[in-house]
Amino acid sequence: MARGARPLTVAGLGSAALVAALVLGTVIAVFARAEGAGALGPADWAAIRFTLWQAALSSALSVALAIPVARALARRRFLGRGLLITLLGAPFILPVIVAVLGLLMVFGRAGWVNDALGAVGLPSVAIYGVQGVILGHVFFNLPLAVRLILQGWLSVPAERFRLAASLGMGAGAIFRTIEAPMLRAVLPGVALVIFLVCTSSFAVALTLGGGPRATTVELAIYQAFRFDFDLGRAALLAVVQLAVTLAAGALALSVAVPSALGAGLDRVVRRWDRAPGWPDALAIALAAAFLLVPLAALVTRGAPSLLSLPPVVWAAAGRSLAVAVASAALCLVLTLPLAVAIHRTGRRAGRGLEVAGMLGIAASPLVIGTGLFIVTFPFVAPGAIALAVTGLVNAVMAMPFALRALGPAVAEVERDWSRLAQSLGMGGWARLRLVLLPRLRRPLGFAGGLAAALSMGDLGVVTLFADGQSATLPLQLFRLMGAYRMDDAAGAALLLLGLSLALFWLFDRGGRVNA
Amino acid sequence: MLEFDRLEIRQDDFALTAHVSIPRGAHLAIIGPSGAGKSTFLAALSGFVDPAAGRIVWDGTRIDGLAPAERPVATLFQDNNLFPHLTAARNVGLGLRPNGRMSARDRVEVEAILSAVGLPGMGDRKPGQLSGGQQSRVALARAVLQDRPILALDEPFAALGPALKAEMIDLLHGIATRRGLTVLMVTHEPADALRLGGQTLVVAGGAVTGPFETGPLLADPPAGLRDYLG
Amino acid sequence: MRYTVSMLALVGLAAPAIAQDRPVLDVYTYDSFTSEWGPGPAIEAAFEETCDCDLRFTGLGDAAELLSRVQIEGPRTEADVVVGLDTNLMAKAREAGLFTTAELTSPEFDLPLDWTDDTFVPFDWGYFAFVHREGFTPPANFRELAESDASILIQDPRSSTPGLGLLLWVKTAYGDEAPAIWEGLSDNIVTVTQGWSEAYGLFLEGEADMVLSYTTSPAYHLIAEEDSGFAAAPFDEGHYLQIEVAAAVASSDQPRLAQDFLRFLLSDTVQSTLVTTNWMYPAILPGDGLPDGFETLITPDRALTLDPEDVPAMTETALAEWRAALAR
Repeated sequence: MARGARPLTVAGLGSAALVAALVLGTVIAVFARAEGAGALGPADWAAIRFTLWQAALSSALSVALAIPVARALARRRFLGRGLLITLLGAPFILPVIVAVLGLLMVFGRAGWVNDALGAVGLPSVAIYGVQGVILGHVFFNLPLAVRLILQGWLSVPAERFRLAASLGMGAGAIFRTIEAPMLRAVLPGVALVIFLVCTSSFAVALTLGGGPRATTVELAIYQAFRFDFDLGRAALLAVVQLAVTLAAGALALSVAVPSALGAGLDRVVRRWDRAPGWPDALAIALAAAFLLVPLAALVTRGAPSLLSLPPVVWAAAGRSLAVAVASAALCLVLTLPLAVAIHRTGRRAGRGLEVAGMLGIAASPLVIGTGLFIVTFPFVAPGAIALAVTGLVNAVMAMPFALRALGPAVAEVERDWSRLAQSLGMGGWARLRLVLLPRLRRPLGFAGGLAAALSMGDLGVVTLFADGQSATLPLQLFRLMGAYRMDDAAGAALLLLGLSLALFWLFDRGGRVNA
Repeated sequence: MLEFDRLEIRQDDFALTAHVSIPRGAHLAIIGPSGAGKSTFLAALSGFVDPAAGRIVWDGTRIDGLAPAERPVATLFQDNNLFPHLTAARNVGLGLRPNGRMSARDRVEVEAILSAVGLPGMGDRKPGQLSGGQQSRVALARAVLQDRPILALDEPFAALGPALKAEMIDLLHGIATRRGLTVLMVTHEPADALRLGGQTLVVAGGAVTGPFETGPLLADPPAGLRDYLG
Repeated sequence: MRYTVSMLALVGLAAPAIAQDRPVLDVYTYDSFTSEWGPGPAIEAAFEETCDCDLRFTGLGDAAELLSRVQIEGPRTEADVVVGLDTNLMAKAREAGLFTTAELTSPEFDLPLDWTDDTFVPFDWGYFAFVHREGFTPPANFRELAESDASILIQDPRSSTPGLGLLLWVKTAYGDEAPAIWEGLSDNIVTVTQGWSEAYGLFLEGEADMVLSYTTSPAYHLIAEEDSGFAAAPFDEGHYLQIEVAAAVASSDQPRLAQDFLRFLLSDTVQSTLVTTNWMYPAILPGDGLPDGFETLITPDRALTLDPEDVPAMTETALAEWRAALAR
């Protein structure tokens, strides 16, 4: 029955094909260039096992901790709530090493927590080891989980809560009848995304893991390239990573049920149940402390040298901003049609497309980068396309997050408004302009902000193509560290933090007027 | 003449047949027990449900199989008739220009129809700023502006109070009569059917029957309808 | 805007404009060599004054990534010279078969060993060492370190040049006993980082007593920051030696310029620049010697080295031992 608006569906299929080509094509390119098929050793299998269980644990913890925080944020109005929501997103968009330094300033051996423990005569706590990896991953992903789950809460129409209030439902009954079904629809996807983020984790595991016990698949891929120059093994590991993603994706999608929650008019979500305030306040305060204190540590560390940063750092910041904005735009252009196509092509084909959209996160940036390099090198100087490739790859890597934010919203808009649009005879373009874009402002803003910020902090693919002339801000930050200039590096980290947050805020604000 | 020619609709274990003819310009209420298939029948006319067999013919032209927008039917749904992010005027304007791009003349026409439904000067408001009755008027204005000879309404006024609802049906009746529209309106209120003044289709027991004159039908309902009317 | 345009075009239209009449010498090196704070900018300016050419540096990650990149590019590479491989990578680089003989007139190297290789030209060198702050009493060797409760930050040998240096340091010093040393060290290791920058950053933030770096690291703090609060710990089993090398690419379209550049690398100008930008010892001592402050550095009694050809096999063994010891 989905007549009309075909061009968007076709564009969605095209964007899925592009992602698949980029992710799978590059693996094939690497295989083709490899001498011999490559084989996995016992160390590789250990890396696969470690990757899976730490990702599962990190994902479960992040989601479990995010639920009370998102719930508290969804039902409490307080001064600075909007700012807090934006700030809570910060860790996820930070370059890993910056965030790890922030964590260590608080939880490290010489950090604030241990100083405080020492001051009252308690033994110190060690961050390094498996607990460090989990802590790091929860630090990175709790904000994402909170935001995505909060998105779910905000998608519950106000009328539901009014209905609940009129029926005299308490907090428990509201949870069972309204919130639990929403969570059941939202959580598998959220858990999957975080699981996948953690499977491709690299620097967190390496820096906080405390040693070779914490070797992830991505790290093994890096070593295969860098240390052994074994392209075959690198490609094989990339295939393992993709297989894990596909399996996890199939699993999560099969337990996710489509949301059956109806749409409401654009009113501020309000609720009338009078749950005691202190658990919510506690959840918000704890999450804020956990996520914001390390950021505060970064600010205090970087502020003194921020204004005296050398001009090349500012130039790099300008480049990074341009790449980030282009990358975000590209990400939305790729993701929106994909989300529409997923919805319109029905369950089976739609799931296939959804998995294609998820590939970006499972793909090893290193393999994509190397594959692209092998393919493009005969035709074009790598340095000349460094920023373009960075933008493209970052856009594809951000697609899974954008898809998470856009997918349910697209489904809702289609369900509520496609009949009317069809009966009015609105064409594809009019439908996009008059229905989809305005109805999707909130998730589009969020997704765009996320993509921009992720691109801003990325230090993956650019290093493969960069020729040293067009360094991005994260690369410049690394150069400062490499040149012993830790104070300047802290200043650059603060600049990066500020710019990423500002970008995210600008995008997000556009769409989140009513949140 | 609108003809449902041995139309069959099947959805899982639900089945409905319709073999009825409706004269041009008729105002028909569609009544029947809940779950009998009133909305499904209307959706088949509007193009949102594909029939399993049979034909729908309007003035000698077969219209089943056409996309909803290609049919001579303007539809008002139970809800979600107005885009909440667009003003009343833009919502109405979509009836004229589905691409949303209105000329100055279109704007005049929109303002005129808004006045005609009793909402002069309210075009800049968004649906959230309008009362339920006003929202219904905006939706009706848009449906009229679509300029389709058939108006299909699926209990669009169900949420309104009796007085408001009566007012809306009168408004509908007036506009439809002036413009010579054929109206099919699903309702569960016998009073609404009477007020629309005309004939009634009965959807009950897996079949659409009628049209019957509404007054005598309600005075002496057939068996399938009697239980429903109580 | 230029970047947005090139983003859309996805083609190399944005390649830097080059004066067509001057030949271009492409030099691939590791990223920090070309950064604003590395030796690259000064070397480029100085060489272009004499060569009537355009020297174009391409900075690529670290030494190992540099080699991977040249290997991927193969004979089609744009590179005329590769600067910044080291003794640990030489065997792999030679095996790639991409480099040609350096035509030098028997230079007098100031290295802790005799240099005989005629493909790879050493341009600076240093010893790996644990760096600590003044006031901390360092252990005198690995055994003492293992028995002490001193905390150390090290780098992963699979992703870091110093990390690999440490692995081979322990292996050359202790041979078959290396696994026992690593087992002893495992409770001293705070964490294993991806690269030097992370470990050194953590060290400066106070996360450990010592960090694996170079004997020359304190010179940076002394000369550039006027902070004498850092020292390298002398280990009595000797220190592993790293020599950084450059080589001319066989497929170069500028073979003469490439050879000129290799010679230029050994000139006084470059050698004195390297000391205070790369913070390493010069391969040939410049006429005016080392800058003030270098005399405060420790000078190991024994330089530990491996024949570059033995490195790959040795690395494989040592890495397996390291992984087994630390995976407990």
